[in-house]
Amino acid sequence: MVLNDSDNRLIAAIQDGLPLSPRPWAEVGERIGLSEREVIERVRALQEAGYIKRFGIVVRHHELGYQANAMVVWDVPDERVDEVGDALGRQRCVTLCYRRPRRPPHWPYNLFSMIHGKDRRRVLDYIDQITEELGLQEIRKAVLFSGRRFKQRGARYR
Amino acid sequence: MNRPLDDIDRRIINRLQKGFPVCDRPYREAAEALGIDESDLIERLRRLLDEGVLSRFGPMYHAEKLGGGLSLCAMAVPETELDEVAERVNAFPEVAHNYARDHKLNMWFVLATETPERIDEVLAEIEAATGYKVYNMPKQEEFYVGLHFQL
Repeated sequence: MVLNDSDNRLIAAIQDGLPLSPRPWAEVGERIGLSEREVIERVRALQEAGYIKRFGIVVRHHELGYQANAMVVWDVPDERVDEVGDALGRQRCVTLCYRRPRRPPHWPYNLFSMIHGKDRRRVLDYIDQITEELGLQEIRKAVLFSGRRFKQRGARYR
Repeated sequence: MNRPLDDIDRRIINRLQKGFPVCDRPYREAAEALGIDESDLIERLRRLLDEGVLSRFGPMYHAEKLGGGLSLCAMAVPETELDEVAERVNAFPEVAHNYARDHKLNMWFVLATETPERIDEVLAEIEAATGYKVYNMPKQEEFYVGLHFQL
């Protein structure tokens, strides 16, 4: 699927959010000169082709009582990173898990996982449990709790 | 002071983090599944957004597929300059979110750009604007993405 001009207009028109009205796609269509039917078809096509991963809400976890969030980073030998990444990703309390490049000398870590919890104590307990359960005691890690939030908003694409 | 969340708010949040239907009356369809009225769902979403419980309600795009660049970046900034540097970093529209973290690398932000090439350009611009090095740590492999908060 190749994006055309109206796809790009559509992507731009909804990136800040869906209209909060009973016929949101009709409203979007009016803005970009398409019918409601056309908009819905294009949105479905964009979703099927994977340009749109899903629709939904994004929560501000802090406001919901998830006061603590830790980025837990691991220095995993390269040959084990897939195995450990998959195992971490299967843990209930892990919400994101990515491999990223090391940046020596300050940053020897190549596996990033995100763990949220109601408070720091609970997050630290999760980390201890995971470390033990997956046998990661020998792997160097660091726990970076988040401090202040300087900015949170969605990315912009068009 | 925000009103505390009630059970219906919590059910809305739990459910709509997982998805939202694409059809001509999506609020009605989602509201039915939640056992509430369409207008009630719309009002509650508006309030949760206004109060900042939700940061957005809309599509999650696949940045790379849309031809954009996406990366996680970090900087080591002296504590006394954190606010000033954060202000300069946040002034870039490409900076999606930005958190302080307790490490020598103490400022972490996500960059989202229209093209992959823009990442390096914006990094250089941020370095020039702040005087500090930016460590670029783009995703190399994704093992799990399920950011979802059960209330």
